[in-house]
Amino acid sequence: MNNYKLKYFKYNTHCLLISWPEMIDEKINNDVNQFKVAIESSASNILEVRSSYCSLLVIFDKEIQDIDKIKSNLNNLYLSRESLSKTDRFLWNIPVCYEKSFALDIDLISKQNKISNNEIIKTHIDSVYSVYLIGFLPGFLYLGSVDKKLKIPRKKQPRLRVPKGAVAIADQQTGIYPQESPGGWNIIGNTPINLFDKFKVEPCFAKPGDKVKFFSISEPQHKLIEKEVEFGLYELKKELIND
Amino acid sequence: MIKVINPGFYSSIQDLGRFGSQNFGVPISGSMDQCSADIANKIIGNNSIEALIELTMTGCSLKFEIDTEISITGSDMSPKLNELSVDMYSVIEVKNGDTLSFGRIKYGFRTYIAFRGGINSEKIMESKSMYVGLTKNFKINKNDEIYLNDSNPSLNKKHKASMNKLALSDEIECYKGPEYSKLTTQNKDKLLSTQFSISNNHNRMGYVLNQIIKNTIKPIITSHVMPGTVQLTPGGDIIILMRDSQTTGGYPRILQLTDRAIDFVAQKGTGSLIKFLIKN
Repeated sequence: MNNYKLKYFKYNTHCLLISWPEMIDEKINNDVNQFKVAIESSASNILEVRSSYCSLLVIFDKEIQDIDKIKSNLNNLYLSRESLSKTDRFLWNIPVCYEKSFALDIDLISKQNKISNNEIIKTHIDSVYSVYLIGFLPGFLYLGSVDKKLKIPRKKQPRLRVPKGAVAIADQQTGIYPQESPGGWNIIGNTPINLFDKFKVEPCFAKPGDKVKFFSISEPQHKLIEKEVEFGLYELKKELIND
Repeated sequence: MIKVINPGFYSSIQDLGRFGSQNFGVPISGSMDQCSADIANKIIGNNSIEALIELTMTGCSLKFEIDTEISITGSDMSPKLNELSVDMYSVIEVKNGDTLSFGRIKYGFRTYIAFRGGINSEKIMESKSMYVGLTKNFKINKNDEIYLNDSNPSLNKKHKASMNKLALSDEIECYKGPEYSKLTTQNKDKLLSTQFSISNNHNRMGYVLNQIIKNTIKPIITSHVMPGTVQLTPGGDIIILMRDSQTTGGYPRILQLTDRAIDFVAQKGTGSLIKFLIKN
């Protein structure tokens, strides 16, 4: 296992930011999440640990006093993290309707990246994406990495209303809008499933470290699944990842 | 029950916030000026966790259909009970049939109304703080009915308010943010010497300032932000993230406000002046 050189930064009185080399990289993100589990299961005086692409935010239950001691404790924990964290990871299969009525920016990507609409859909479906983090909105999954052929920057003028379930691309990332919101990502489809359930203890089905694969559905199937989701009859297909 | 006759410009139910769900992308929320909210609760003997009403820029009008006690803190919006002025930062006795209303705003930007026992409203993910998509409504609307928790007044020991007026400060204390060191010396100087003013783009999520600082720092890979984080956009805009802040962001984080400084910003409106001061 690769040990990265971590940087520690006191963010405010109670929060410590731990940074890995700054890049979107599956190995780094897995290491971030593994260290998160290790901290949660063994360190005391900690309220919460939040993960991102290549950083962790550690929130203490009292003011950070002896920063050097905390750093050295955490670094020791980092070196023994492997034995401390083991969690099941899943591959989730998510239905997406890529038809024109939903794919508001597919023509734009097609034009800018010189690629046919069908090729865009096929490329988007063919990849297996890693869940890097949940942020921006309740239940918004940041997924990566998108095939180079689909890479497109955020819109300069964000849309005021991106519909719930919109599947979209920004740079190397793809994501799903869990609720209607303003947003600058390029929309290529829509999923009828719910990404966030506020009444559940674990409101998101996926967690960082899991994987996601999309499959294409027609507009009538989209309608049907939407109804099934509404009545709690739709079950998302998941597979245990063994590695 | 308390009936909302007029909700005012933007009034919402808030408490200490929604902690422990930020890994799912859920904002913390909670009262923008935590200090004023806390004092409001304490004056009538409530625990700090009780939910109350936060008013923004203009007051509301409430009709009481119960006998209770309330307290009003924060911005002075000239509170009146049955058209007669009442004192802020004190226990106000309210009788069934009374109407609470407000007049001209004298100073500050957000007012808190605490009710004896606290507000009994839907609790989502351990908090009653209103937020789009989580609670049924994200603000209080006309004709809403507000219910209170039962309380036993004899158990409540009322605190004397430790201050009788809202503290207003233009000096915003902060720590260096994670990307502060990447600023040029010139930009660091500018950041700490400029008197900034609040633009008209401000809400519970964030405050955008009028002056810009030419940004020479690359965007960062999406990382953690929190209430009080000061971001610098590619266009040079400075954004102070507030209580409804998103949990992650990709703009360089140049400063982090102290908890108290967030309260100070929460009492500012369009045109208010601020100056950043780094605390070591």
